[in-house]
Amino acid sequence: MPPGAPLTWYLGLSAVVFAIGTVGVLVRRNIIVIFMAIELMLNAVNLTFVAFARSLGSMDGQVIVFFVMTVAAAEAAVGLAIILALFRNRETTNADELVTLRW
Amino acid sequence: MTPTTALRWIVLLPAAGVFFHVFVGRRAIAAVKVVGPGLVGAAFAVAVVAAFRLRALPEGGILRDHVYTWIAAGPFRADAVLRLDALSAVMALVVTGVGFLIHVYSVGYMSGDRGFARYFAYLNLFTTAMLILVLADNLVLLFVGWEGVGLCSYLLIGFWYEKPENAAAGKKAFLVNRIGDAGFLLGLFVLVWTLGRHGFWTLDVAEIERHLDVLRTATIGGWPVPVVVGLLLFMGATGKSAQLPLYVWLPDAMAGPTPVSALIHAATMVTAGVYMIARLHALYALAPAALTVVAVVGAATALFAAVIATAQTDIKRVLAYSTVSQLGYMFLGLGVGATGAAVFHLVTHAFFKALLFLGAGSVIHGLGGEQDMQRMGGLRERMPVTFWTMAAAGLAIAGVPPLAGFFSKDEIVSSAFREMPVLGVVGLVAAALTAYYTGRLLCLTFLGRSRLSHEAEHHVHESPPVMTLPLAILAVGAVAGGFLPVPALLGHRGEAGAPLALMALATGLAVGGLWLAYQLHVVHPAVPAQVAARLGGFYQLVRDKFRVDELYDAVVIRPLFAAADVAARGIDPKLIDGTVNGTGMLVAATSGVWRRLQTGNVQHYALFFLLGALALLGYYVGR
Amino acid sequence: MTAPVFLLLAVLVVAAALTVVAHPSPVYSACALVVTLFLLSVFFVALDAQLVAVLQVIVYAGAIVVLFLFVIMLLNLTQPESRPTAGVPVVAVAVGGGIGIAALVAAALRRVPPAGAPALPEGFGDTAALARRLFTAYVLPFELTSVLLLVAIVGAVGLASRKG
Repeated sequence: MPPGAPLTWYLGLSAVVFAIGTVGVLVRRNIIVIFMAIELMLNAVNLTFVAFARSLGSMDGQVIVFFVMTVAAAEAAVGLAIILALFRNRETTNADELVTLRW
Repeated sequence: MTPTTALRWIVLLPAAGVFFHVFVGRRAIAAVKVVGPGLVGAAFAVAVVAAFRLRALPEGGILRDHVYTWIAAGPFRADAVLRLDALSAVMALVVTGVGFLIHVYSVGYMSGDRGFARYFAYLNLFTTAMLILVLADNLVLLFVGWEGVGLCSYLLIGFWYEKPENAAAGKKAFLVNRIGDAGFLLGLFVLVWTLGRHGFWTLDVAEIERHLDVLRTATIGGWPVPVVVGLLLFMGATGKSAQLPLYVWLPDAMAGPTPVSALIHAATMVTAGVYMIARLHALYALAPAALTVVAVVGAATALFAAVIATAQTDIKRVLAYSTVSQLGYMFLGLGVGATGAAVFHLVTHAFFKALLFLGAGSVIHGLGGEQDMQRMGGLRERMPVTFWTMAAAGLAIAGVPPLAGFFSKDEIVSSAFREMPVLGVVGLVAAALTAYYTGRLLCLTFLGRSRLSHEAEHHVHESPPVMTLPLAILAVGAVAGGFLPVPALLGHRGEAGAPLALMALATGLAVGGLWLAYQLHVVHPAVPAQVAARLGGFYQLVRDKFRVDELYDAVVIRPLFAAADVAARGIDPKLIDGTVNGTGMLVAATSGVWRRLQTGNVQHYALFFLLGALALLGYYVGR
Repeated sequence: MTAPVFLLLAVLVVAAALTVVAHPSPVYSACALVVTLFLLSVFFVALDAQLVAVLQVIVYAGAIVVLFLFVIMLLNLTQPESRPTAGVPVVAVAVGGGIGIAALVAAALRRVPPAGAPALPEGFGDTAALARRLFTAYVLPFELTSVLLLVAIVGAVGLASRKG
């Protein structure tokens, strides 16, 4: 199936989604939402890989996406477990209040 | 050049004594009395044997003992090598011979002292260092001995260190010597550098003599090298041999035990400067300007010190200034080219000056510690041996023929007249003064009415044989020493033979001086006080040794201390500590600003991360 | 897929992404995330990555986001936040950074010659092709990833289990 759009369009879309995710990571206070923004960034990268795989005619790009998804799953599991432990200790999910390593 | 292994024993025997006295001495005082003098006597015996061996060699032969390889730094070599030629043989015999007698004398003089063993350790150490100095084959080894005798001088002057004045005198001697030594070292550097530039990296005396043409034409900074080196080395000699302007330590050095004054400050250490110039006479011959300086300084010192001596009341002070004056004569002799005469005077002076000092020590010992001549008098019958031996020495130093001093002094004065007549006149004036102050010393001490204090009256006694025997032996030397053919032995044949008129004049001055002293201090004892009153301020100036020490204090010492104060109180805490502490404070202050970046908020960190990554990527994309 | 369809879907993706990042309530953010993932899956299909598209729906939308919702419910964070974002200066700089990323990519793309769309081999993008690649050239990372999953499970259980 032809891709329907030039490669550059896909890359541009991926960049935009990646930028949105970055801003989300840096700006939101709720830890869970920060995590979701990280997932957004990962997906943007996945799109890039798949687009290049198609453009270069190589399956390697899709294999990498496979790995990204697996690692993202593991990361989400562990990260949420950490958040749970943190919530139990501090009773907060506000990133601004988790600042004990200050000067 | 004949190799031998005998010479090292002359040095090693006294050196062994040092170890003995340091480690064992305190527990074996009786042994110290034998070992101390005995080792030096043994060294003397070895020196005598070596001297005969030298005699047996053909003309110009030298004995050389290569002890071990010392400095081998690239092309430069300076080994521990001892040489025995006529000059060093004469010196070695004087050092060990007179040294032996003084060691024996010390057994009596220092008996009962708490530091008996320490004294002999120092004395042996001094003997070792002095022998290294005179037997050294290269100037580096000579300098080792040079420094060694300086050290021992400090140790022995401040021997009774519990009294701060004694310690201060020792320090003064060492520091003033150091100034001279700085000049000496600079002279060595210039010498070795000049020779090295032409490919001969050495300070061996023999080598220096072999490469005189290199030195003759070399210059440094526009000045001819022989003159520069000669003057710098002479600077060391003025320190070590107490000439103007570095003589100030010698009178203060009288704080040490009297045998020390006899050995170090009369017979041996102070003659090191004379020996050094005599040893390097070939080099000095290339620098007439330097020799002129030497002669002028020597003559000036001779006169200056003689004047001061006439007004001193401490018996040892008179002898100290007398030594400075006589050393001036020796340098005068060297400066006018009469090297043989100068060394001759060195030998005779060793005899009669050592005798005078030991005799003074005997008087001090007999009076229970009195040193002021104004409280002596009439000791002739109470201490006869001391009197007669000192009288012999007094006549010798005054220059009365046929005693030793006459011959040696006369040759110097006549040579001076030949080269620079002005200096000859100075020499004669100083000779007259010498006779006067020596006669004054003898008269005040031994003749006339007794002015002893009560305690001294009860205490006074002739010294024990262990002290009077060396006096007698030295007296023989003082009387007969004039007949030793020293200049001839040294190969300087053309210098003797002063004109008859001069000899007569000198004798007249000597006798006249002695007669004047007798008149003023025995026959009419009230007169000197009147003369002093008449001369008023000038007399006080002479009495206060022309206030030279005070001058040095004001011009050198005080500014130095002031500068040190500025450094210690100002520069060090404010500048140096300030810089170091300031750097610390600067770091702390700036870090206080920068650490606010650590907000603890991970998102902030991630933000900086992003900005940095953007910058980096932007750079690469933009390229 | 034709160009207009692409553009429509792209706009929807961006809108959903913005919702994820901007909405005050975490639950709404999670739902918007699901929408984004689905739309991306459509793109994957358009790019001949059928297996990846299916995995995206099953693993990402079906497992990971569900996990997120579990935790939100567990910690009772359903209420919208009063002040969802950081202060103005941080927001400004972050937005600036985001625009910077986009600009950078644009600049980089300008230099890259547009890649072509070559003819693909038969079965490109389906399970067999992916498996073939995975179990030959990438078998070592595959094994390591399985170890990673094991470690993650153990870690998560250890961290989240109640102590005492």
